[in-house]
Amino acid sequence: MTLLHIAILIPFFSVPLIPLLYKYVHRIHTGWFVMVIPVLLLIFFARYYSVQQPLEPVIHSVPWIPSLNIHFTIYLDSLSLLFVLLITGIGALVVFYSIFYMSKNREKLHLFYAYLMLFMGAMLGSVLSDNLLVLYAFWELTSVSSFLLIAFWYHRKRSRYGAQKSMFITMSGGFSMLLGFIILYVASGTFSIRELIAFGDLVSQHSLFIPAMFLILLGAFTKSAQFPFHIWLPDAMEAPTPISAYLHSATMVKAGVYLVARLTPIFGGHQEWFWTITITGLITLLIGSLSAVRQSDLKALLAFSTISQIGLIMSLLGIGSVALNSQYSGSSLLFAGATLAAIFHLINHSIFKGCLFMMIGILDHETGTRDIRRLGGLIHVMPVSFTLTLIGAFSMAGLPPFSGFLSKEMFFSGVLMTSRNMDSWFIIIPIIAWVASIFTFVYCMILIFKVFIGPYQPKRLDRKPHEAPIGMLISPMILAALVVILFFFPNWIASSLLEPAVKAILPQAFANGEEWHVHISAWHGFNTELLMTLGIVILGTLLYKYFNKFRNIYEIMPLRFSLNQAYDIGLVAMERISGKITRFYMTGSSPRYLSYLFVFLIVIVGGSLFLQDAFILDLSNNAPIELYEYMLGFTMVAAAIYMVFTKSRLISIIAVSVIGYIVSLFFVIFRAPDLALTQLVVETISTALFLLCFYFLPKVSRYVTPVKFRISNAIIAIGVGLTLTLIGLTTQGHHLFDSIAEYYKDSYTLAGAKNMVNAILVDFRAFDTMLEIVVLFAAGVGIYTLINLRHAGRKNQ
Amino acid sequence: METFITIIAGILFTVGTYLILNKNLLRIILGITIFSHATHLMLLAINGLKKGAAPLLGENAASYTDPVPQALILTSIVISFALTAFLLVLGYRTYVELGTDNMKHLRGNSHE
Repeated sequence: MTLLHIAILIPFFSVPLIPLLYKYVHRIHTGWFVMVIPVLLLIFFARYYSVQQPLEPVIHSVPWIPSLNIHFTIYLDSLSLLFVLLITGIGALVVFYSIFYMSKNREKLHLFYAYLMLFMGAMLGSVLSDNLLVLYAFWELTSVSSFLLIAFWYHRKRSRYGAQKSMFITMSGGFSMLLGFIILYVASGTFSIRELIAFGDLVSQHSLFIPAMFLILLGAFTKSAQFPFHIWLPDAMEAPTPISAYLHSATMVKAGVYLVARLTPIFGGHQEWFWTITITGLITLLIGSLSAVRQSDLKALLAFSTISQIGLIMSLLGIGSVALNSQYSGSSLLFAGATLAAIFHLINHSIFKGCLFMMIGILDHETGTRDIRRLGGLIHVMPVSFTLTLIGAFSMAGLPPFSGFLSKEMFFSGVLMTSRNMDSWFIIIPIIAWVASIFTFVYCMILIFKVFIGPYQPKRLDRKPHEAPIGMLISPMILAALVVILFFFPNWIASSLLEPAVKAILPQAFANGEEWHVHISAWHGFNTELLMTLGIVILGTLLYKYFNKFRNIYEIMPLRFSLNQAYDIGLVAMERISGKITRFYMTGSSPRYLSYLFVFLIVIVGGSLFLQDAFILDLSNNAPIELYEYMLGFTMVAAAIYMVFTKSRLISIIAVSVIGYIVSLFFVIFRAPDLALTQLVVETISTALFLLCFYFLPKVSRYVTPVKFRISNAIIAIGVGLTLTLIGLTTQGHHLFDSIAEYYKDSYTLAGAKNMVNAILVDFRAFDTMLEIVVLFAAGVGIYTLINLRHAGRKNQ
Repeated sequence: METFITIIAGILFTVGTYLILNKNLLRIILGITIFSHATHLMLLAINGLKKGAAPLLGENAASYTDPVPQALILTSIVISFALTAFLLVLGYRTYVELGTDNMKHLRGNSHE
């Protein structure tokens, strides 16, 4: 156990303590206690960061299940550090914000903070784990805690629906990811990511390597809300706003991005990786930004914008992975620029999206609504909120002087570079990116101007709006300040975080020690990127102005709704179909179930006898048969067959006893005196019991209800009889070794008994006899209970 | 002899199965009884029949029949008797409580 391990586990340790604090220290808002944890963690992890020096990777391992190669290994490099700082930093701000957002008296704060800490620990574990299975464990914990947090207001139907949906989608993705991890283990014999990277070609030569890649990508895409799995994110907006800000914009949805970045050294050299991630990312980018424009709920708008921005980051990671492809080894460092843009935008997005979500929460808190159509003209009432929202939204739109501008420019140069360096029709990539950016601009304008400018309609609001309390504003203020600081001083993180992170994602591209240094500057001169940004601003403004005119186009494009519908219909259909299948064979009739059993007996036992050519008929050992033995046998068969056709209850009872007595006669013939004796007695008692029971029946009908001859039952019966006969005959001709009977012939010397059968029963194998007595006893008690407890039961009713 | 007994046991198995697949409770219990008779016969037949004297050392015979299957069957007879008796009383109680011996009517309520 090192300090790093303890740092990951601290949030988990706090989970059981939080309800205690909530219960016994009710005067103080629980959030104040909780806030200590992320702040301490932030300070702890910030010590690993220095502006000049990139971090030397830190590795600590604690064995967990060593026999299965599962070690709790922590690997802290710049990529992890970047995520850790985001998780703890934004975590601290979100907890601080939630102190003012969540009411002390009305909300179940102990649950809120317990779930939140569970999530924070799980997220820290995910990004710091080197062992794939440990990573998976933490990954699923993030899904579980996210599920709990989305359904925090569990009395609302929409919350439960959203939680269930996100659970289904992220869990199924997580499960396929586990499959992919296991394949990687089979291919390499290790769960450690570092060792997998070191094995390189050995892993990629495995025949299931590409399926493993897709299975893992499925996990990453579902978690990061990529197309077509993005449908859970808008429904997750039913969570409290601090949760939306933290989980569903800054951290959890980036877990998939982290996984893709982390595993790029393993998979990045393959075409499939590049294509899948780039195309999925671009589609997500376009669909997210197109859908965001039409939303009237502010949180839904931000949800779609998150989807689209993460699509952007994903596509950049896809383009960046080309650097590892051997075909482009000459220009590999050019593609590294795309990875740099991805990482930089990831940081920016977490910051401005967290800020925007907090601002939406404030709006909701102060006006009572998040509906764009009811809001407007709040600039005079809430000037601080307006400024902060403006900063966040302009950064999202990619305008100077905010950090989003820098990463957007880098995004454009990344996609332009792809189209220049690869096939000519790749020009489609920058075009898609550009169109998506125009719509991004439009929804950012909607976010600002529809809410804060325009007619002020106090009558349409539930509350009288006023500026938020200062405590609520501090967190978004810090984030907004960061947005501006990062624009003016991007190189604070360039060489210490971004550059080593890129080198961690693309280690093979830097293997031959080429010089490559990150220097981000706001001004590149007049180039295509700048023209593209100008185009976005001009076209975006025009689109925003005439938005109402082309709004109807959206009615023709029901893509989001059709996907949601497919999900809903799919769920209902699965339930219905499985219900139908179950109702088809679970009829509740026991003859039907018995016939399944018998058919399986015939098919499996009879079938294997037939397929293996196992049947042997060996008549050489047969003992001779006397005439009276034939007669006995035929009488027995006649009695049995008569049973099938008789309608009289009495006659069938008598026929069964005829069979029983003939069996005991056969025992006599077969030199088994004890058997004959027992059989005789038992048969007599059974017959008496049969008669006794049915004599005392209430409505004595001497005839059983006429039963139709059923051909299917007859076929099954004949099949069973035939199968068992064939097995019996085969066994007779197939004595593998001699009987152990010779041993028992010494029973007199061994046990002092002259009757071998009895010696076996009470001496050699007396244990059977004891338990058989127990069976008889149990049956007796059962019968007694059945008869006697009847009246007692009636009385109680 | 062994083949003959095996075929008879097979016929008993057929009849027993047919009765077990019935809807009538009494017939099902009778079918189970026949099934156990057939099993006992088959167990004996598989080991060879009439291969010597009864397994009593007082007979002073040159060879005896195999005592092991006999001991097995003896145990089995008692157990199947216990089962039959219990089933009978259960069937009887079912009659008394529910007034039917038809398995089709014994399917419980649809909302269960």
